[in-house]
Amino acid sequence: MSTSAVEKSVYEQIGGEPAMAAAVEVFYRRVLEDGRISHFFEDVDMERQAARQKAFLTMVTGGPANYSGRDMRAGHAHLVRQGLNDTHFDAVAGHLKATLEELGVPAALVARVLSIAESARADVLNR
Amino acid sequence: MARVRHESRWYPLEPEESVLDGLLRQGVVVPHACRAGACQSCLMRAVSGDVPEAARAGLKDTLRAQGYFLACACRPAPGSELEVAGAEGLRLRARVVSLEPLSPSVLCVRLATDTPLDYRAGQYVSLVRGDGLARSYSLASLPREGVLELHVRLVPGGVMSGWLSREARVGDVLHVQGPAGNCFYVTGRPEQPLLLAGTGTGLAPLYGIARDALEAGHTGPVWLFHGARTPEGLYLGDALRALAGRHPAFHYRPCVLTGGSRDVAEGALAVLLRAECPRVAGYRAWLCGDSGLVLSLRKKLFLAGLSLKDLHADVFLPSAPRAEAAGAR
Ligand SMILES: Cc1cc2nc3c(=O)[nH]c(=O)nc-3n(C[C@H](O)[C@H](O)[C@H](O)COP(=O)(O)OP(=O)(O)OC[C@H]3O[C@@H](n4cnc5c(N)ncnc54)[C@H](O)[C@@H]3O)c2cc1C
Ligand code: HEM
Ligand code: FES
Repeated sequence: MSTSAVEKSVYEQIGGEPAMAAAVEVFYRRVLEDGRISHFFEDVDMERQAARQKAFLTMVTGGPANYSGRDMRAGHAHLVRQGLNDTHFDAVAGHLKATLEELGVPAALVARVLSIAESARADVLNR
Repeated sequence: MARVRHESRWYPLEPEESVLDGLLRQGVVVPHACRAGACQSCLMRAVSGDVPEAARAGLKDTLRAQGYFLACACRPAPGSELEVAGAEGLRLRARVVSLEPLSPSVLCVRLATDTPLDYRAGQYVSLVRGDGLARSYSLASLPREGVLELHVRLVPGGVMSGWLSREARVGDVLHVQGPAGNCFYVTGRPEQPLLLAGTGTGLAPLYGIARDALEAGHTGPVWLFHGARTPEGLYLGDALRALAGRHPAFHYRPCVLTGGSRDVAEGALAVLLRAECPRVAGYRAWLCGDSGLVLSLRKKLFLAGLSLKDLHADVFLPSAPRAEAAGAR
């Protein structure tokens, strides 16, 4: 696999913004159906929740997102206080993988997305 | 401390206090109902100063461009100053032309405005009484019908519904503000199955949307589920059966929790819906009425494969108590 600077992000390779819209629905259904983590994602405003998940998916696929490690800490601190831990993180990573696979993303790209997600673990869990 | 200027007087706000609560606390009359950003009764216009984005969530671009915001959701930054005006400019005079019961617990209110209200069937308006009392009601009428039709459920101890049922008279003048909301039919994809579901007066917007879709020549099936606790809670059954008689693609399915009959199914609305429409992926849906049903149905339909962009919901949020009571919680 090439690592040249001109290489497209996974975000672009899987189809950019329109592909994200489809991915959000698949991912959102999966987390809502997973009793281990659904309580983190219950929101009377489903549009707002979908917009956040789009931000999440855009970020881990290397799309146009501007979140620093500090943003990730602050954005999940209240969830850590509610008990967010490695188990939950692994569940989300699992749904991320399954979502991309369901959408037919090639295994090599899925692996790259998962490594980007993994690199955010310490910040998300506020360690 | 933030300050708000209204009709050439300054009003200080307490930390975290909304513009609505601050003005009400100091004796200014501002129409309001839900205090939760849902009913748009508390619209005000910013004359100068910065309005936080959260106070403009869900407003149409035309309203934003004119500086309108929701006073109940507006918490200005500490130290900032905001000059505001009421939303009188958005209101139309409306005369009561008829008040008729649709059932023992639902009143049909028809209103004629001086100039036509520009709306889509299924949207809602704020009904504002002379003294500023405001409540939101969905429109059951079609724009071409001229008069506005509201279905008002009589809420025990309800201020607006009680006044409408006991004191209001034909000829009384009120104001309507709006329209607002995204529950309406858009042409295109005429063969797509449509699903409309609601309880109680949640039927009002659905009645408008269904007729709008049928008149626009929608060819796909149009399912209307109306739920109530008992048969007395259902209304407009004859009109809906007649509509189904004229349009074979229209299916009217009333249901009640107890007291079902040959014409009315017995059981939970969600169960009936699943039995009649087992595969909802690809449908377009509208859900209206009390929050419990609307929110749980929306989640069920989304999980069953209906896309968020095809899911429209209006929650009939009740009015929230006055500032003093809210602050005491
Ligand atoms: C977008 C929107 C659209 C609406 N459309 C309609 C419509 O088409 N038809 C219609 O009848 N109503 C509709 N409503 C509700 C309506 O705005 C009023 O809340 C309702 O008519 C009660 O007003 P009231 O002044 O009679 O009662 P209030 O004096 O406001 O209420 C009396 C008491 O009953 C409580 N209460 C009222 N309703 C409920 C409830 N459903 N559940 C629990 N407690 C409640 C209140 O909190 C209060 O304590 C809509 C609301 C919204 C936000
Ligand atoms: C790969 C690791 C993760 C990344 C990169 C990530 C990224 C993000 C981003 C960018 C947002 C902000 C969206 C916005 O407000 O615009 C967000 C919010 C959120 N995240 Fe994560 N996230 C991760 C893991 C998790 C996990 C494991 C959970 C819970 C199980 C979670 C739950 C949430 C919730 C609930 C919000 C909304 C926060 C709120 O209520 O304000 N995230 N995440
Ligand atoms: S939107 Fe402000 S009171 Fe309802």
